Amino acid sequence: MNAPGTRPTRWLVTAPPTLFLLVFFLLPALIVVLASLRQPGEFGGLAPLTGLADLGAEAYRFLLDDIVYAEIFARSFVVAGLTTLICIVLAYPLAWLIARSPQKRRDLLVLLVILPFASNFLVRIYAWIMLLGPANLLYTPAAVIVGMVYVHLPFMILPLYTNLEKHDPALLEAAQDLGASAWTRFWRVTFPLSLPGIFSGSALVFIPVLGMFAVPELLGGTGDILIGNLIKEQFLDNRDWPLGSALSILLTVLVLLLAGITAWAARRGLHGTEAVS
Amino acid sequence: MALLEIRNVTRRFGALEAVKDVTLAIEAGEFFTLLGPSGCGKTTILRMIAGFDEPDAGDILLDGRPLTGIPPEQRPLHTVFQSYALFPHMTVAGNVAFPLETAGKPRDEIRRRVGEALALVYLTDKAESFPHELSGGQKQRVALARGLVNKPRLLLLDEPLGALDAKLRVEMQSELIQLQRDVGITFVFVTHAQQEALALSHRIAVMKDGRVEQCDEPDTLYTQPANRFVADFIGKINLIEVAVAAASKVLLTLDAPGLGQIAATDLRPLKAGERGAFALRPELVRVFGHKESADLKNRFEGRVRELLYLGDVTHYKIELANGFVIEALMPNAAPGRAKFHEVGDPVAVCWRHDAGVFLRA
Ligand SMILES: Nc1ncnc2c1ncn2[C@@H]1O[C@H](COP(=O)(O)OP(=O)(O)OP(=O)(O)O)[C@@H](O)[C@H]1O
Ligand SMILES: [Mg+2]
Repeated sequence: MNAPGTRPTRWLVTAPPTLFLLVFFLLPALIVVLASLRQPGEFGGLAPLTGLADLGAEAYRFLLDDIVYAEIFARSFVVAGLTTLICIVLAYPLAWLIARSPQKRRDLLVLLVILPFASNFLVRIYAWIMLLGPANLLYTPAAVIVGMVYVHLPFMILPLYTNLEKHDPALLEAAQDLGASAWTRFWRVTFPLSLPGIFSGSALVFIPVLGMFAVPELLGGTGDILIGNLIKEQFLDNRDWPLGSALSILLTVLVLLLAGITAWAARRGLHGTEAVS
Repeated sequence: MALLEIRNVTRRFGALEAVKDVTLAIEAGEFFTLLGPSGCGKTTILRMIAGFDEPDAGDILLDGRPLTGIPPEQRPLHTVFQSYALFPHMTVAGNVAFPLETAGKPRDEIRRRVGEALALVYLTDKAESFPHELSGGQKQRVALARGLVNKPRLLLLDEPLGALDAKLRVEMQSELIQLQRDVGITFVFVTHAQQEALALSHRIAVMKDGRVEQCDEPDTLYTQPANRFVADFIGKINLIEVAVAAASKVLLTLDAPGLGQIAATDLRPLKAGERGAFALRPELVRVFGHKESADLKNRFEGRVRELLYLGDVTHYKIELANGFVIEALMPNAAPGRAKFHEVGDPVAVCWRHDAGVFLRA
């Protein structure tokens, strides 16, 4: 039984976030869903909506009929996965070193990690054009991966660092005292306890990479376009808004599905690590 | 040969000498305690034994072989940390299995020994729980099981009961004694609680400012403290300023200014005029009416200043003629009577000539 008074209080607490999600997530999503079901306008945009008969799933049918779209989706997920993996491998030692350095130096090192954000994103990508050009890597899939990793690395370092910094050094001493070598200490204690950090970092890298269009456009070749480019093309170049909206919805659904599966798997496999995350 | 020998070990942190020329020998099967106030160097000694720290001078030997240069993971000894340091992502069974796994034991042996260790600390039904699901006392037991399961030569325990509440602490004390007897593993125990040390240990090293002040069995420490610090740190004690008046073979006569002469026994060759303190435990001081037994030796008159009725005993504070306030602990053993004297009552105190010890200044 609810004690009198808990209901309005609970409502007061949950209302603001609910309202926020409603206005900034659900409503835009519904608008996009609606757009994906409408007809493209003669000169781009959307055709005027006169009745329910104007709504249809043509855009989705079009997407599913052409294997090219499936290929681009698959390639995007591979690029996002690869970028995430490389980010984990590169960010882990760095985050670990920052977490292990003396308190005073830590803040400086974290500042250095986020410092690139102070300069314009496009300028930094153009810098990579100059770096990759002489190396004969420009306009190749490798260049896209390099650019993606470069842009997203801080989003992996920061959550990992936040996690590693909270590890109790006594746990490593206990492991060593109980006979564990440095290698065992890492794999049996540090790594499992850092999984929540790896998961948040991966979400912060994987999802934005799927939507990123500037990097493939500037560093990749004609065959390297990803979902992000495809969506951008529909809205800005082909001016087929329903198709662009359908692509966006498909992407969102796939990402939510993936996030759901990961969260479910994490809840089953990460018992106990909440203590440090 | 002693199991563990600490020979003239010194450890400095900058200008601070945290451990000063400490020499100890710990026998196999012993429950040995390092006792001392906060900051006296107990943890530093333990960390040097475990291998997390190295002495600046001196040697630590296990079975006669120096441990110098052997990393912690290769020393055949385990530590129970004050914070327990249980692995939060492993179950109780996983935690206890850890030292067996790092030692490369076969699977079925691990399962059997984890089962035995958990049974030993009454946690069989918690094997699949995670540390955050346990109470403080249960975590404590897991830490003990984890430290004992691989049968180390030596178990180091750094204030393992420090985080428990008073009642649980007393319970765990009995369990620890029982456990140490059952497994027969040598314990080196660190605490700053003198009662705990007395209750648990076979021998105690009392430390102060990095030095060992006295290393003895609990009853020797209690009845024959080597100096003022040990006398004062362990239990309650009356310290009366005195000078030696006369010393024959065993009989010692002490001059207490403003009070008179105290008769005591002492085997040491003491010289007349030597200054020091006469140390006397409160429970050895008898209190009675001021008119009784006027002919006794070591009898002094005074007045009850304060008393604490504690049920089984009454704790008196009695002001003597020279202003010294002597403490006395009297059992309330007579049936039907709670207190024998009231605040303000004129009383006399008395003790046997072998009740106290003379401590040189
Ligand atoms: N790594 C270190 N660096 C500098 N000083 C230290 C270090 N470790 C210990 N000390 C100092 O050495 C002294 C002894 O410390 P230690 O931890 O051994 O004391 P302790 O007897 O265990 O005290 P407690 O009962 O509070 O745990 C203290 O003054 C402490 O400040
Ligand atoms: Mg300590």
